[in-house]
Amino acid sequence: MTTPVAAEHRHRARVRGRGLARRRGTSVTMIALTCVAAAIAIVPLLLIFGYLLREGAGALSVDFFTNMPRPVGETGGGMANAIVGTLILVGIASTVGLPVGIGAGLYLAEHGGTRVANLVRFLADVLNGLPSIVMGIFAWQFLVRPFGHFSALAGGAAIGAMMIPLVTRTTEEMVRTVPGSLREAALALGYPRWRTSLQIVLRTALGGIVTGVLVAVARVAGETAPLLFTAFGNQFWSTNVTEPIAALPLQVFVYAISPYDEWHAQAWAGALVLIALVLLISVLARVAVRARHGRPND
Amino acid sequence: METRRLASAVATANRPALSTGVVEPGERRGPTSAAGRRASIEGTVLADRVYRWAVLAFALCIPLLLLVIFVEVGRAGWPALRQFGFAFLTTSVWDPVAGEFGAAPAIVGTILTSLIALLIATPLALGGAIFLSDFSPSWLRQPLSFLIDLLAAVPSVVYGLWGVFVLLPLLRETVMPFLRDTLHLGATPFFSGPAYGPSLLAAGLILSIMVLPYVAAVSREVLLAVPRAQREAALALGATRWETITGAVLPYARSGIIGGVILGLGRALGETMAVTMVIGNRHELSASLFAPGYTMASLIANEFTEATSDIHLSALMAVGFVLLLITLSVNGIARWLVWRTGGRRA
Amino acid sequence: MTDSATIDSTPRPSAARDAPTALETRRLHAWFGATAAVRDVTLGFPTQEVTAIIGPSGCGKSTLLRCLNRMHETVPLARVAGEVLFFGRDVYGPGVDPIALRRQVGMVFQRPTPFPTMSIRDNVAAGLRARPGERLGRREVDAVVERALRHAALWDEVKDRLGGSATGISGGQQQRLCIARALASEPQVLLLDEPTASLDPLSTQKVEELVYELRQSMTVVIVTHNMQQAARVSDRTVFMLAGEMIETADTGTMFTAPSDSRTEAYITGRFG
Repeated sequence: MTTPVAAEHRHRARVRGRGLARRRGTSVTMIALTCVAAAIAIVPLLLIFGYLLREGAGALSVDFFTNMPRPVGETGGGMANAIVGTLILVGIASTVGLPVGIGAGLYLAEHGGTRVANLVRFLADVLNGLPSIVMGIFAWQFLVRPFGHFSALAGGAAIGAMMIPLVTRTTEEMVRTVPGSLREAALALGYPRWRTSLQIVLRTALGGIVTGVLVAVARVAGETAPLLFTAFGNQFWSTNVTEPIAALPLQVFVYAISPYDEWHAQAWAGALVLIALVLLISVLARVAVRARHGRPND
Repeated sequence: METRRLASAVATANRPALSTGVVEPGERRGPTSAAGRRASIEGTVLADRVYRWAVLAFALCIPLLLLVIFVEVGRAGWPALRQFGFAFLTTSVWDPVAGEFGAAPAIVGTILTSLIALLIATPLALGGAIFLSDFSPSWLRQPLSFLIDLLAAVPSVVYGLWGVFVLLPLLRETVMPFLRDTLHLGATPFFSGPAYGPSLLAAGLILSIMVLPYVAAVSREVLLAVPRAQREAALALGATRWETITGAVLPYARSGIIGGVILGLGRALGETMAVTMVIGNRHELSASLFAPGYTMASLIANEFTEATSDIHLSALMAVGFVLLLITLSVNGIARWLVWRTGGRRA
Repeated sequence: MTDSATIDSTPRPSAARDAPTALETRRLHAWFGATAAVRDVTLGFPTQEVTAIIGPSGCGKSTLLRCLNRMHETVPLARVAGEVLFFGRDVYGPGVDPIALRRQVGMVFQRPTPFPTMSIRDNVAAGLRARPGERLGRREVDAVVERALRHAALWDEVKDRLGGSATGISGGQQQRLCIARALASEPQVLLLDEPTASLDPLSTQKVEELVYELRQSMTVVIVTHNMQQAARVSDRTVFMLAGEMIETADTGTMFTAPSDSRTEAYITGRFG
């Protein structure tokens, strides 16, 4: 025999239970959805790498690395000039980006909270967000137009400028991790401030800075837009920095939008090499960190 | 003996007797010591000053560079802006031959493709980030994060290449017919017209893939920055795990996530290569996503080297300047929002 | 009054009556911003003796020490007033180069701070500077490194691994390495700021023996919160409290018959 009160309680419990079950169901469903989202997020990555390997590996050969581009119809063309061109451009970029980046990073680490430092830090972030095409047209206006011709120097400078914010941020972070006691010990030994900063602090932070530089290089090696109107590309072999120069991403672009199947195949190969280069540098960065901490110094 | 003599020779060499301002016991102060003293003081202070000015100079290169970019691009675009005025932003006629330039299609295309990108990328990125921060098994966390971050390392031109040979055929043969016929969206103006592949939709899709890792990374940082106490408090009140997210974590992280989304927007606005390879490069203001179009970045990339006249060039520069202004503002807002929740800069 | 030279078995050059003491402060004040850390301290550190500075935490003993080699001013908002005389010459006076001073007055800190990117050998040699116009040859540097490491009682333990990383040795060894590094340029004065605070008892003992030996070649000032240590190694002791110097006496007297009641209270452990 059930009382009305007990019946009411049982009814309420059932409703609550149903409500809780519903909420739990929602929870499980949503969590499953987030898992699906994460899975979908990496599908494009897998697709891209899959196609790169399939299409690109087929067109890769020794010829690709040693030969110059050949006209359509001839086999055995390669991207040797573009590979070397990218290396040269990265070298030029480093001469622009590294001194400014490391110097600015040192300044920010040592003068942390001042108004000037905060402004510089903020503007470095702003520079980081600058579209690469805008950097390209600026570099054209500033370094190509006055001289009347495209050049590797202009291209290198354009991507070097893009390296600056990355290198600055890494340098600042790494220098900040050096304990103040190290700086004090150097000062107490009679080191002037500049030697303390450069020979002790910077040197201690160097491992991390190198990693940051490599990451910046990896990012910048794949840039195409700034090179479109500066380095411009070159079908022939050139190591003259005052002339247009070929670059891997540029070559991939030109071949990809061309109407020729052979060039399409070369574009895939070039893209594969480019990605491999970017990944290699990133892995190198990680290994460099470990090596520095592992081996005894001389 | 020999060692000791060498050692003491070095020791005396190291005892900066005359060359400093500090006097050795028993040393008399004379004109020579004074001169030596002054030289070394100046030497040290000079080197320090040089160092300080050098790092300051390098640091000031950054604001200087930004200023120069702003001025140069603005100056180059000024003739076109002056000639066309505000109409530059609103007219859609872009005719190099007739000398008429209106950037509306490019501007609209930029905004549209970026919005599509965000619409697709944000739920995926946020969902993935929530999964990573709260629900994923710990062994999966690192590899999955790594893979998502890897998306950011792929160069734009590689995305474009893949877009041209994989995405466009896929769109043309499968997705677009599906949207138009199976879902009957072809009745709407947004999915009408011929569907050859290169389109605003294609650009939006490619952009969504490119933007996803940035939104995911920022969201992940911001979600991880929410104190555990918030989650625990919600759980203690009887919330389900999902309700903890919606009720306790997300509100806390909201402005940071929005900041991340706007950061992704900033990136999408400026993307060039992948977009120019799949968007069709046509000055056309169309309501249909299946139609080809332009973005500001792809317009510049496509026409810059072929610019026929000074005014054409100036118009392209002006487009660049507008793009510069838009991305600077968007990035500025994004950074401020992320900074506000204490999430580390992405 | 017996001559100290006959009592002591270790030969010590007798200090001429008029020769200036190695270090001396006159009305020294030091501030961090608006906070006074050292108030009006006038104090002498006798040449070639070990002087210990004791006192409770926050009494200003470390700050006082850092004023002696002008390290205090490396901190932002630091200020100093008064004089510090190094062999009669005010180091805060015009024309004195703090960097040259720090080569004559060495310092060892509480935590060992070997330079992590340098080998043991390079760490010891880090403070060596050639005279302008001269270059230090490798053999000469090696000789100095060996001498300093022997002086710091570390030579035997590291002589086979001079090229190894300086961070690969134990904490006690690292601290002795830092001492060797300070000794390499043969300073006149060595300042030690709680050098054994982070060391194990065995390393502490080795460092204390070292400090006791060092008086033969230099003047030593050691700040310590360990009174037994002060009693073991020092010739004179200074007691500081709240930035002021309360009392100074030779160690034996200080610990058996202090004249100030506050000194006595600290020594007997009533506070501190």
